[in-house]
Amino acid sequence: MSGSLALALPSKGRLMEAAQLLFARAGLRVERAGASRGYRGTLLGIDGISVMFLSAGEIVTALQEGAADLGVTGEDLLSEADALHESPLEILLKLGFGHADVAVAIPECWFDVAAMADLDEISSEFYARHRRRLRVATKYMAITRRFFAEKGVTGYRIVESSGATEGAPALGSAEIIVDITTTGATLKANHLKVLDDGIILKSEAVLAVRRHLAGDERAEALLTRLATNLRPRA
Amino acid sequence: MVGRTSAEREALDAQNRRVMAVFTRAGFDFIAPDIIQPADMFLEASGENIRSRTYVFTDPSGRELCLRPDLTVPACRYHLSHAKDISGEARYCYSGPAFRFQPGDAGRLNPTEFDQAGIEWYSAQGPEAAEAEVLGLAIKAVDAAGLKSYRIRTGDLGLFHALLDSIDMPERWRHRLLHQFWRPNSFRKLLDRLTDECAKPRSSISAHVDAVATGDLSGAIAYVERQLSDGDLPLAGGRSVEDIARRLLEKAQDRSEKRLAPGDRKLIEDYLATEGPLPEIAASFQQLRGNSPAFAAALNYFSRRLKEIKKRRIAVDGAVFSAVFGRSLEYYTGFVFEIETDIDGNTVQIAGGGRYDSLMTEIGAPRKVPAVGCAIHTERLLAALRSSR
Repeated sequence: MSGSLALALPSKGRLMEAAQLLFARAGLRVERAGASRGYRGTLLGIDGISVMFLSAGEIVTALQEGAADLGVTGEDLLSEADALHESPLEILLKLGFGHADVAVAIPECWFDVAAMADLDEISSEFYARHRRRLRVATKYMAITRRFFAEKGVTGYRIVESSGATEGAPALGSAEIIVDITTTGATLKANHLKVLDDGIILKSEAVLAVRRHLAGDERAEALLTRLATNLRPRA
Repeated sequence: MVGRTSAEREALDAQNRRVMAVFTRAGFDFIAPDIIQPADMFLEASGENIRSRTYVFTDPSGRELCLRPDLTVPACRYHLSHAKDISGEARYCYSGPAFRFQPGDAGRLNPTEFDQAGIEWYSAQGPEAAEAEVLGLAIKAVDAAGLKSYRIRTGDLGLFHALLDSIDMPERWRHRLLHQFWRPNSFRKLLDRLTDECAKPRSSISAHVDAVATGDLSGAIAYVERQLSDGDLPLAGGRSVEDIARRLLEKAQDRSEKRLAPGDRKLIEDYLATEGPLPEIAASFQQLRGNSPAFAAALNYFSRRLKEIKKRRIAVDGAVFSAVFGRSLEYYTGFVFEIETDIDGNTVQIAGGGRYDSLMTEIGAPRKVPAVGCAIHTERLLAALRSSR
């Protein structure tokens, strides 16, 4: 299928199910190629688009590296990649599902801390007492850095975390976390609370494209089909 | 960049030999601190700004190390491990590679690996003379390299400390103002909060503040303990019940604290707006209201330093003093300066330095070691020389 656009779709989870529903509403069907055990396919409904199934994180990498031209993934992952280095990607359409917040959360027992400004004050106090910095566990290192800088908070350090970030404060490997949250139930269960001004990003699933292909007629056709079939916001 | 040609290497080496000759002739001991440093030292002393640009790695035994992002902290560590008496006077100079990740593109003026040449002077007799001497040597060094046109900017964090000391306010407010000094927007917002009488919007913790407002520290501690047990909450995050209670109480006190007087706010703002030729700037300080003993002492110090600068015939006629000027590294505590020049229309900092009296204790010295020093970005110096030719 040389010459076709490669569209990367989520291969699992709620993001995959919601994407499938949207494509079905738009009258687009993916015909999976048998030989590669379902990880590749063709898009029926718009000519010249091939499909690959990847995890949401892999989709961002594939788009960045050019292995995919279009992709459905989370805005949070795109923002992180974008903040990390100049990204060749552009969001074509917000898809109206997969809503979640990237947020700064602290131990619920910090009754004296409401906002980022408090965190800044605590950090100098904490350093004076313990001779070490407040640690922020996150996988969103770049957007965390940018957000903390915008809020004027400097006396912290980031601890990279690739899974189960919400457990870091209880384990003692960090005091604060920056993580994605949908209902807040996971935070609550871990005795964490989001700061009053701690929402870094309101994320949802998006259709992203490599920038130089933004005007491509196949990409435009896909955009139009999806845009006219979005669920109205509840 | 994939390395320097022999001609480029020789040009840089030759320039840096001239720079180092200035330092060694002045009696500074030419040392070679380690390139590989324990990461914690930099990560804890510098905060995330430097950390995000530091190359950190783990050695095969699992220790977290880094490539030094500058040579000031490595020189301090050298001193702490080599000096017979860490409080004795010591003068060091160095020249060697430092490493900083450059987000975006690493260009000629922002290389990821660059040579830094500098001096550090610990426990000098006569601190104001030492500051003048370090400024003079930095200028002499760029002169020796052949730089013809440059600007000097200076500042003094000691004056700002003294100014805040001379204004009636709770000590914790001073801490906050000093802490925000680097960030104009946050600083202004903080001043607004401290001056403003009007009611604050309620936040998610206002109810807690209400609850401790009428009591004392033991009452606040009891309140926090009750909240923990009622909510079945663990005490996480490395802060004690007392830390939390004390700060909650401070929040309550802030509500009823006498606001910062408009005149005092104006004094702070007038001071921070001070900028002008270094030799004459002292006159503008005299016009500031509030020449308290603390501020007068700091002004005296300022004048003695200026006298030392003039005594050494350091050319500071064109030098500028700017009250808001401070280096973005967090460790400076007093006199600060930088030498900048234009390269292809861009202002580029070639050298910078100043006093940093608390860094040694921050990295583990058992007592205070006063320190002043400067460093030259030698790649930028060379680029400036070439572009002016």
